Amino acid sequence: MTADPGLIPIGGERRIPSDRLQDLIDLLRQDDYSVVGPTVDQEAIVYDEVTSVDQLPRGWTDEQGPGTYRLARREDDALFGYVVGPHSWKKYLFPPLSTLSAADRTEQGWEMRRVEEAPPKYAFLGVRACELAAIAVQDRVFAGGPYVDPIYSGRRQSAFLIAVNCTQAASTCFCTSMRTGPRCCTGFDLALTELPGEFVIEVGSDRGGTLLARLTTDACSARTLAAAEAARQQAVDQITRRMDTTDIRNVLLTQLEHPRWQETGERCLSCTNCTMVCPTCFCSTVEEVADLKTEHVERQRRWDSCFNPEFSYVHGGLVRNDIRSRYRQWLTHKLASWQDQFGTSGCVGCGRCITWCPVGIDLTEEVAALREKPACP
Amino acid sequence: MATRPRLAVFKFASCDGCQLSLLDAEDELLEFAGAVEIAYFLEATSAIAPGPYDIGLVEGSITTAHDAQRIQDIRAQCRTLITIGACATSGGIQALRNWADTDEFLQAVYASPQYISTLATSTAIADHVRVDFELRGCPINQFQLLEVVGALLQGRTPRVARHAVCLDCKRNGTVCVAVAQGLACLGPITQSGCGALCPGCDRGCYGCFGPALQANPRSLSDQYLATGHGPAQLLPLLRNYNAAATAFREESERIERLAGAGD
Ligand code: SF4
Ligand code: SF4
Ligand code: SF4
Repeated sequence: MTADPGLIPIGGERRIPSDRLQDLIDLLRQDDYSVVGPTVDQEAIVYDEVTSVDQLPRGWTDEQGPGTYRLARREDDALFGYVVGPHSWKKYLFPPLSTLSAADRTEQGWEMRRVEEAPPKYAFLGVRACELAAIAVQDRVFAGGPYVDPIYSGRRQSAFLIAVNCTQAASTCFCTSMRTGPRCCTGFDLALTELPGEFVIEVGSDRGGTLLARLTTDACSARTLAAAEAARQQAVDQITRRMDTTDIRNVLLTQLEHPRWQETGERCLSCTNCTMVCPTCFCSTVEEVADLKTEHVERQRRWDSCFNPEFSYVHGGLVRNDIRSRYRQWLTHKLASWQDQFGTSGCVGCGRCITWCPVGIDLTEEVAALREKPACP
Repeated sequence: MATRPRLAVFKFASCDGCQLSLLDAEDELLEFAGAVEIAYFLEATSAIAPGPYDIGLVEGSITTAHDAQRIQDIRAQCRTLITIGACATSGGIQALRNWADTDEFLQAVYASPQYISTLATSTAIADHVRVDFELRGCPINQFQLLEVVGALLQGRTPRVARHAVCLDCKRNGTVCVAVAQGLACLGPITQSGCGALCPGCDRGCYGCFGPALQANPRSLSDQYLATGHGPAQLLPLLRNYNAAATAFREESERIERLAGAGD
């Protein structure tokens, strides 16, 4: 059997010099993708539409800890020499605000209509292993059961995923504990490993192989492949944070009255930041928005959070009426009851909730504390 | 056509900014004027129709004995009373006098202080009469005001969120200025309403919409105190437009005690 010259097979690896990465962006744009990638904005590396390699965070990195994030210069010109930032790809697949339907009052009564959007066609450039895992989690949530979310799945089906293997880790990363990274193994079309002056590109799907075959690339030398492997190992070696996931579902669900919940409830601001930055959190609120004359009504869906006190409002009052119960709801759902609901953990170990919590609450520390037997009163 | 509900707008101690934000809603104003009969609104028209009124909007705080009486009369004349803005809902920036000596201010500011008759405090309207809905903000958000009046006309609950500003930052894609720049931001304890305006302009939130529902100011200021922000910075942050709102007042007084103990 001869190989199809128009397709580089899955698992195949090719090399391009760094100054040819623009060709990849151009090719995607030719194919009508809007390319979204990392860029420096608002003192952070965020995800936004990019048309040029010059918009990528060349020479920048991030320093992260509980409740703190700072941009810093690198000593080299790496384009992907940072970890994960405040944004996740969730904002493109599950937009913060969507209009679901609309209705107009006419002489014949209400006229209802769906608001169908032609799904935008995205190419995500720079998806990390934990983020691939997060997308796989949201695939189950939004498209894995009998009720498929049309907005998510429309955007998801056309999305082209270019992963980037981490070659460094932040102090907040714990993907090795969650078995989601740092190596990109599945769920991408192409995966890059950045080396000084060059990239190794691995094919993860036929769609990726077809696209890569249209680029001018070189074969990888054994030395390049070994350097790529060493660079990826560097990220593994830098990961210091751990979460013990042994029997975690039962551990958490049998510790619902642990005093730690109260202590953390006194620290937690119930500000919603952890859930907003989490790449797997999927809660939303649906509201009917009418004009003053009630002639036009729209049904809008917005990101919401279990930390918003009013999120648990049912007729007559709030079900989770203090911060303690809201924090407990979040952590037990994320790490325990999520498994019952979707068959996986809701956490991929990206560490965003640790960094972006204004008071630096760290879920790995919470889990460790909950594993300790409470002291006798 | 059924008669339109009669609307009145009253002013107490305030800067008029909230009333102006209603007049600023140019696109919606005509629709608004069509939905209600504007019976009393000195900021907009000198035509005055006598009460009673279906809807009374009250801007401003109570700072004089005369106003304390006037709000009783207004309450009696309005079927539904809605207070608008930080002054009316928490006493406003002028509530800073609650921690000071008013007589001293009078002597310092006025050439003839004997003509000034004022109370020692600035208080919210709800401290004096029953209020049906409090719309926060310094100034209020005009779309929220239209929403509240619209909801009233349609007989439903207004959609005015009480969660923290942070949720809006994240929906907007704004990067947290507290985490990424180390600014002291009041967003985590402040009610949404502005759409997270200041963090979007590289500023910390100033707390214009008052404390969020079940806010936890103590943990936030402990964090800021531990990361290099002193009481001299946090005190004026908590004591501005909503200084006298309970959660902000209690926390500013705690910080004052902490600072005093540290002297
Ligand atoms: S819970 Fe935290 S660490 Fe886990 S996926 Fe969400 S943001 Fe990342
Ligand atoms: S854990 Fe942190 S980020 Fe999450 S709601 Fe509490 S204070 Fe906010
Ligand atoms: S900038 Fe302020 S309001 Fe916005 S998320 Fe950060 S702490 Fe919250």
